Amino acid sequence: MSEIKRHKITCIVCPLGCEIEVKTEGDKILEIKGYKCPRGKEYAIQEITAPKRIVMSVVNVKGSYFPTVSVKTNKPVLKKLIPQIMKELSQVELEAPIPIGKVVLKNVAGSGADIVTTRPAPRSR
Amino acid sequence: MRDRYDTVVIGGGPAGLSAAIKAKEHGLSVLLLENRDLLGGIPLQCVHPGFGLHYFKEDLTGTEFIYRFIEKFEKLGIESYTNAHLVEIELVSDIEKRLKVITPRGVLSLQTTSLIYTTGARERHIFEIGITGNRPPGVFTAGEAQTMMDIYGIMPGKEIVIVGSGDVGLIMARRFALEGADVKAVIEIMPFPGGLTRNVVQCLHDFDIPLYLSHAVTRVEGTKRVEKIIVCEVDENLRIKEGTEKEISCDTVVVAAGLVPYIKILEKIGVLTDPATKGPIINELLETSIPGTFVAGNALVINDLVDYVVEQGEKSADGAREFVERGGIPTKRWKRMVKGRNIRLLVPHYLSGEEDVMIYARVLKPEENVKVRFLEIEKEIKLPFVKPAEMLRLKLRKEDIAKAKDKITMEVVQA
Ligand code: SF4
Repeated sequence: MSEIKRHKITCIVCPLGCEIEVKTEGDKILEIKGYKCPRGKEYAIQEITAPKRIVMSVVNVKGSYFPTVSVKTNKPVLKKLIPQIMKELSQVELEAPIPIGKVVLKNVAGSGADIVTTRPAPRSR
Repeated sequence: MRDRYDTVVIGGGPAGLSAAIKAKEHGLSVLLLENRDLLGGIPLQCVHPGFGLHYFKEDLTGTEFIYRFIEKFEKLGIESYTNAHLVEIELVSDIEKRLKVITPRGVLSLQTTSLIYTTGARERHIFEIGITGNRPPGVFTAGEAQTMMDIYGIMPGKEIVIVGSGDVGLIMARRFALEGADVKAVIEIMPFPGGLTRNVVQCLHDFDIPLYLSHAVTRVEGTKRVEKIIVCEVDENLRIKEGTEKEISCDTVVVAAGLVPYIKILEKIGVLTDPATKGPIINELLETSIPGTFVAGNALVINDLVDYVVEQGEKSADGAREFVERGGIPTKRWKRMVKGRNIRLLVPHYLSGEEDVMIYARVLKPEENVKVRFLEIEKEIKLPFVKPAEMLRLKLRKEDIAKAKDKITMEVVQA
């Protein structure tokens, strides 16, 4: 028997910010309470089983007006992959010009998401 | 380039770009002046998502959001100067204004009928929030730290304390943590966080960053570099509790203590200001007390969503069009908006009842299960909660406004 855990989650799906309590035993969810609507319940389950986030950063770029270009994952990725993603990003070095929305890393850290630029990096004048 | 325009927009951030685009679409001759060397304003350095959910119904980063406007601005071929500093406004008649602008190509003298002022806000700094002690290197405002990290790719420090838990402070905490810094704490003087719950959760809980509520930073210590800060608990009157001092060692202090509308040049020509918003007093067209001078975005009131900033930018362009086309805004019977219970600030200050108006307001303290009441016109809106961090944005319809004689009081009461 694995031990019973209680998790407190603040729902962020809407601004109400319900405090949801989830009781788990191993991988099993025993009880969820405190949510005021089904979207909150779904969010709590996702947060317990596989929390996901958009990751954003900047990467180095040569020959542009700014020395960096901003990037993000094009969809939410598993939270536990974030350190690996940041590590892979720190090794990226791009060369201007780069348009906004360009894929610079495919399937980053095996997350299924791509890294795309969120600012253009024109060649410096 | 010409030397007279229907409207000149001061500031090339989200409010200014959206105002200029709308004014151009209205058929006005438009010039935009930006004092930095790029258009875009602050969102250029906002690499986090959360922008545009209202306006584009998409979750964009600040950078993606602003480039949609920059691209549209450029496609419309709107004239603009960067590195352009407005230094003087001269009112040459009730209608016309003359602007003195310093640019790399020399000093320009421009004439315009209307002026849209969208200069944004400045950050409150460490001297304004009562932090004493040394002034070693390692103290930054959030905006400075953000520029360093997200534009120039330089980390401002390794062990960071953030002062202020508004959305800016929270988002910076996450950015530092993501980039590998040790964010020691976020210090908040109020008993509740200043930012949105979403940001408290996704920026602090995700990275196990402690939030000290009802705490004030009293001193910064260090010689060659920040070494530590001293924090104290505060009581409900925000007074320091004796004997609660503790130190937090760190090499960097990032001050995210809020924003103040930046309207220096408008103040010089005598624009009336509201002590609650620190921005100008305005009517429903976002016109200030100087006829034909409009204000939008954070120069008007500190907004928490860029979508509202853009909405105000577009509204100010509607005002400019009316002013230009009619040779001034006709005299109206203005009804005053009055702050009632638990309302800290609200804009616009004057309404005519001739059009629907969007009211932006902020409460003083959090409350649950409330209704927002507009006395005199007997309008009520039930809300599950109000929080100081979340701006209220409510539409008043012209039929409702018209019911009031000379004022409308807005208040928040228990439902
Ligand atoms: S549970 Fe439902 S009502 Fe409560 S915060 Fe989440 S989405 Fe909003």
